[in-house]
Amino acid sequence: MPPLLLVSLVLALSTLAFWQGKRRAFALSTQASSVKMHSRPGYYGMLAALWCALPALTIVVVWQLAADSLLTRMAMDGVAAAKGALTPDQVNLLVNDMRNLVTGSVVDSQIDPLLQAAADRYSGMLRISHMALAVVALVTAAVGAYLVHARIKPSLRARNQVELVIEVILTLCSTFAVFITIGIVLSVLFESIRFFQQIPFFDFLFGLKWSPQMAIRADQAGSSGSFGAVPVLMGTFLISGIAMAIAVPFGLMSAIYLSEYAGPKFRATVKPLLEILAGVPTVVYGFFAALVVAPFIRDLGVMTGLSVSSESALAAGLVMGIMIIPFVSSLSDDVINAVPQAMRDGSYGLGATKSETIKLVILPAALPGIVGSILLAVSRAIGETMIVVMAAGLAANLTVNPLQAVTTVTVQIVTLLVGDQEFDSPKTLAAFALGMLLFVVTLALNVVALYVVRKYREEYE
Amino acid sequence: MSENHQISTMDRVSVGLAARYRKERRFRLFGISAIVASLLFLALLLASITAKGYTAFRQTEVLLDVYLDPAVLDVHNLATANYAALVRDAALALFSQVESRQDKRIIGKLISTGAAYRLQDLVTSKPELIGSTRPIWVPADDEVDMFVKGHIPRDVPEAERRVSDKQASWIDQLVAADRLKLKFNTAFFQAGDSREPELAGIRGAAAGSMFTLAITLLLSFPVGVAAAVYLEEFAPKNRWTDLIEVNINNLAAIPSIVFGLLGLAVFLNFMNLPRSASLVGGLVLTLMTLPTIIIASRASLKSVPPSIREAALGVGASKMQTISHHILPLAMPGMMTGAIIGMARALGETAPLLMIGMVAFIVDVPNSFSDPATVLPVQIFLWADSPERAFVERTSAAIMILLLLLLAMNAAAVFLRNKFERRW
Repeated sequence: MPPLLLVSLVLALSTLAFWQGKRRAFALSTQASSVKMHSRPGYYGMLAALWCALPALTIVVVWQLAADSLLTRMAMDGVAAAKGALTPDQVNLLVNDMRNLVTGSVVDSQIDPLLQAAADRYSGMLRISHMALAVVALVTAAVGAYLVHARIKPSLRARNQVELVIEVILTLCSTFAVFITIGIVLSVLFESIRFFQQIPFFDFLFGLKWSPQMAIRADQAGSSGSFGAVPVLMGTFLISGIAMAIAVPFGLMSAIYLSEYAGPKFRATVKPLLEILAGVPTVVYGFFAALVVAPFIRDLGVMTGLSVSSESALAAGLVMGIMIIPFVSSLSDDVINAVPQAMRDGSYGLGATKSETIKLVILPAALPGIVGSILLAVSRAIGETMIVVMAAGLAANLTVNPLQAVTTVTVQIVTLLVGDQEFDSPKTLAAFALGMLLFVVTLALNVVALYVVRKYREEYE
Repeated sequence: MSENHQISTMDRVSVGLAARYRKERRFRLFGISAIVASLLFLALLLASITAKGYTAFRQTEVLLDVYLDPAVLDVHNLATANYAALVRDAALALFSQVESRQDKRIIGKLISTGAAYRLQDLVTSKPELIGSTRPIWVPADDEVDMFVKGHIPRDVPEAERRVSDKQASWIDQLVAADRLKLKFNTAFFQAGDSREPELAGIRGAAAGSMFTLAITLLLSFPVGVAAAVYLEEFAPKNRWTDLIEVNINNLAAIPSIVFGLLGLAVFLNFMNLPRSASLVGGLVLTLMTLPTIIIASRASLKSVPPSIREAALGVGASKMQTISHHILPLAMPGMMTGAIIGMARALGETAPLLMIGMVAFIVDVPNSFSDPATVLPVQIFLWADSPERAFVERTSAAIMILLLLLLAMNAAAVFLRNKFERRW
């Protein structure tokens, strides 16, 4: 029985349990008017439904997660015994072959009879497993529903029990976010550790040469690969620097104008328009950077006699900066608006002009918040992927010349992980090491941003 | 008393006043020009995409009189017959004066390989037509299409042009005979990806986007709302809930590509889920949108005034009843607005999906959550990488569609907010 059908059957059973439970509770309450039911009939139904669905669904999920690897191991037992000692890689290969045999997507004309036997065994056991799962799950559902149904009586505290279950579910959902973080840290960390077993940590962090093109197979031509992250990091900072050089002045000035000078009507039209800039998908910016901005800058360079690479850091940084403008402006806008009106009035009262008030009173007061928002924008720029993948280069040049092509952390992650993958090669693992670097840097920027805002925020009352 | 004190304060102020007002005007000018520059860029972006893309909605087609030769077609071999030969013969018939083999080959290439499929569809649906001569419109090759639309200019030297003078004259002949026209590009909306620009469409990517978003919405909305309800209504103030809060805020700022790495390591390598499937894409985007939805839902719950809670509790509702009967319905519009904005971001997201193999070249339109699929932004990325000139146009057109979808979603969010938001 396919899992989806099974799940819908369980849900159907649980709906049935709901109606039955509700009916019984209702019957009880009308039958003896002297006894008062503890909860309203719906809660008895819901309790029955929960006891019907939850255990059965848990069984389905756990079974699905565990069954596959268990069955594979059981099916491969015979093969492994016959082949003798195998490395984990070889076992994986055999398992893949076996899976392909099971799904029937085999192109090879010669099929190992041993593997074929294993595949047959696997599909046989899979069928049994599916059937067993269906029986177990449906029986559990029915038993759960029956147990509650039989216990329905006026003194059963159904509402409290239902609410407890719901509260537990809510709590689990809220811890989900923590699990995501743990998942990110663990997955990136494990692969990075494997990478650092092959490439020393300090070679990675301080190495000056990045050329990950190494032979995956022994007979492949390719350099031995060197993994010095400095040029990649330099490229990232160069492009982010250019982006911030655009985004900070433009974003900040827009925010100042919108919050201090603009009338309510102007503000109401321009602010959403600026936010469109933030809503445009980054792949669109990437396309624009590669197709319009980069050639434009190169032509400009040709006209002025400069040699500009067609994948110059300038083009990618420029477009990225424009993408970040609304980010800086909306965050700074909030901060500037939070400065109390009394401070402006005080400054005007002393005879300062508007711009003097802004420069000497409002900006210093809002500075921590503005610094915080700029730090957040930097972390956004460092982690931005599509613009640089489409408009920046692949070769890691150690340069600060914005007219040359540089590469970034995100570009390298994408190029290393799209296409050929082998999870033992440092080439693939390097992507995870870069990912960890990215994670750590952006996390640190966020934490620092929050800290700056909290620590230096002026409290006005 | 010294001389200085003879000058009053007012005089000293008015001496510098002109300069200060100049500064004031300059500052103001900086502000307005920053805004104008940003908006100009937005206009430039949209205008250049539209200018490049609008032509893709029409496709050059050629009218051929195809003789459905019974010698080639047979009711029993409709799936394998040589339709390409019929198309080529029909094309050659338009240019009776052409003799040399080489020219004939070039004429054959004026017509897209998709013409054979169109012919096959026609014959398969109406086998009784075999033996007759039918006029049918078939797509032209992408080079012809580009030439007709003016993307390959006539005034450059022949050697630098993808369309030779001879081809150009043939095309002009066809136009003069009313046999070559720009027609609405149905393939763009009905086909999956293709290596041939004139046959490539966004249907596959759109279906992939739909499946992916469906998973994302189904998972992230309930979980996000549940988490928000717990944190806002139940959570005791302690270290653990503090940790969760900090965590959610940090997750919202993590680069999306890191979520892709997580998906690759956990869903593909650890859990062995199918590569390139919209199921995995949806899971990854769920993790990414969850913080957005939690934050929006919490803000929405916060805006429900405490008096509502107190009133409900006061008449004897349990805490759960208060929430499900009163707080949630009032907070729902805000939560839905947050969800739509989160979905819009997920729809435009590309980078994490590259990590989990949704960049494969996939011709078939996906039919289920586990089929290999791609999504609209990734399709844009793939087309942007293609060397053919005609793909630039199609990329821009796909971007236009994507932007329209995003605009519609955001408009829906704004509408929801304006219609249902209550100020207490």
